[in-house]
Amino acid sequence: MLSRDQVLYVARLARLELTDDEVERFSGELSKVLDHIEKISELGDLADVPPTSHVVEVENALRADEPRPSWPRDAILGSAPDAGQGGFRVPSPGAG
Amino acid sequence: MSEILELTAAQAGERVRSGDLDKGELWRAYRDRALADDLNAFTWVCEGDEPEAIDEGGPLGGVPIGIKDLFCTNGVPSQAGSKILEGYRPPYTATAVERLMAAGAPVLAKTNQDEFAMGSSTENSAYGPTLNPWDRTRVPGGSSGGSAAAVAAGTVPWSIGTDTGGSIRQPAALCGIVGLKPTYGAVSRYGMIAFASSLDQAGPFARDTTDAALLLGAMAGPDPCDSTSLGLPEPVRAPTATDLKGIRLGVPEELTGEGIEPGVLAAFSETLDLARQLGATVETMHLPHSPHGLAAYYLIAPAECSSNLARYDGVRYGLRTDGSDLLSMYTRTREQGFGAEVKRRVLIGTYALSSGYYDAYYGRAQKVRTLIARDFTQAWERFDFVVTPTAPGVAFELGAKTQDPLAMYLNDACTVPMSLAGIPAISIPNGLADGLPVGFQIAGPAFSENRILDAAHALEQAIGFDSRRAFA
Repeated sequence: MLSRDQVLYVARLARLELTDDEVERFSGELSKVLDHIEKISELGDLADVPPTSHVVEVENALRADEPRPSWPRDAILGSAPDAGQGGFRVPSPGAG
Repeated sequence: MSEILELTAAQAGERVRSGDLDKGELWRAYRDRALADDLNAFTWVCEGDEPEAIDEGGPLGGVPIGIKDLFCTNGVPSQAGSKILEGYRPPYTATAVERLMAAGAPVLAKTNQDEFAMGSSTENSAYGPTLNPWDRTRVPGGSSGGSAAAVAAGTVPWSIGTDTGGSIRQPAALCGIVGLKPTYGAVSRYGMIAFASSLDQAGPFARDTTDAALLLGAMAGPDPCDSTSLGLPEPVRAPTATDLKGIRLGVPEELTGEGIEPGVLAAFSETLDLARQLGATVETMHLPHSPHGLAAYYLIAPAECSSNLARYDGVRYGLRTDGSDLLSMYTRTREQGFGAEVKRRVLIGTYALSSGYYDAYYGRAQKVRTLIARDFTQAWERFDFVVTPTAPGVAFELGAKTQDPLAMYLNDACTVPMSLAGIPAISIPNGLADGLPVGFQIAGPAFSENRILDAAHALEQAIGFDSRRAFA
């Protein structure tokens, strides 16, 4: 069971603001999902099983280290909600 | 139905190349149908004439294509079904789409999807749900529901989507068409808006296996921009097999019993009989860890998504909601921009990766992933393919599962194990149950796409399903 406080804690880690309704709703829904996920504890001791993070065996897929043009600055800044002086403009971290 | 629409993509391309069909006429026939679409299958349709730069002499013959919204396409809205990317027009095109265009397929439309590919019904799109052309009160499956519905409705000749836990195979099954998830690494992920990077793989939707093979051959290939991409070891051939002589099919007890609707199981059994008549041996077997696939998947995929979606912070692209300081700008932007399912998965993933829980959840899920992959490795010692129903049920009614995330997740029970193992699998139309399409899934070892396509072709001929039946 995921408590209200746990949901708020995880939301803060995820940089996600939640409404009161959402906190209520998600603590119920996510508890149900986590109950199902707990099934993997049924498999017992897995100390000898290596984890899989990548399914197909590839090692060190490297390309030649050759300089090539990057995206033009304007093309990238053109997608930004607020750009200025050749960069992304954001509110001050301490403005609040 | 006009004569053009009756043609498969391969047939249409052949006629264009031989000069019997004008590529502009072909483009306009589909463009006009796509513009008149009333299933909400598209998030964008090209209103103009066919792009000049496409060489119809290529293997795809100038036949227009639908592209899942999450493939970045230069200058074209690419929003991954999310409000947080509303209006985003990327400055570049995904490698898979570049390859399709280079092979002669002009991009006709972007197709609707669950937000960031998270969902099994396309109801999680910020741009409204897509309807199933077989029954407009029902979902087309998901997450690539727009791509599947459009092919089934004949508003595009073929399309591409992505499959993380079943997002190509399940909607293909629910819409009565062919959908193929290639081996992880066969197709470049560069320019695909990421969900779960160790699982995401692009693949084709088509009316038949021949069209699917053509698209796969054009899409697959190594890419210096994706260091996990490998391409395929041999060229993709047009499938020709008409029998299954000597083919050994394994039927996993764990994925063909409990939880599967009776009509789906009946259709599955009938096709097993057909397979025997075509010369295959059919034997029950076990994938002992597959019942844990869903739990492992719903840890691994959310964990990776919570990390991948950290990039949506209102700084470089998409939506920004102002806040009094930087932190509140981040949190408010994400509150406003993400839908409920994305929030759920970001929360689960963040929880599973958080201090004190990592080993018990994400770490353990990766070990279960190893066990599931080993089940398949052992299966290949005795079987050529593993076959299952693609989805446990037929298309469900809109809204039926939106209030119960776990019920929605159970749709992926038969497709998730192959995703975790990184192996290829196809869904082909397997007749109807309760008047709605069901799918037959064939999975094989890594890089066995040509053999899978051949087996699927033989069964497709024997089943004789007409995937044009839902054309409006």
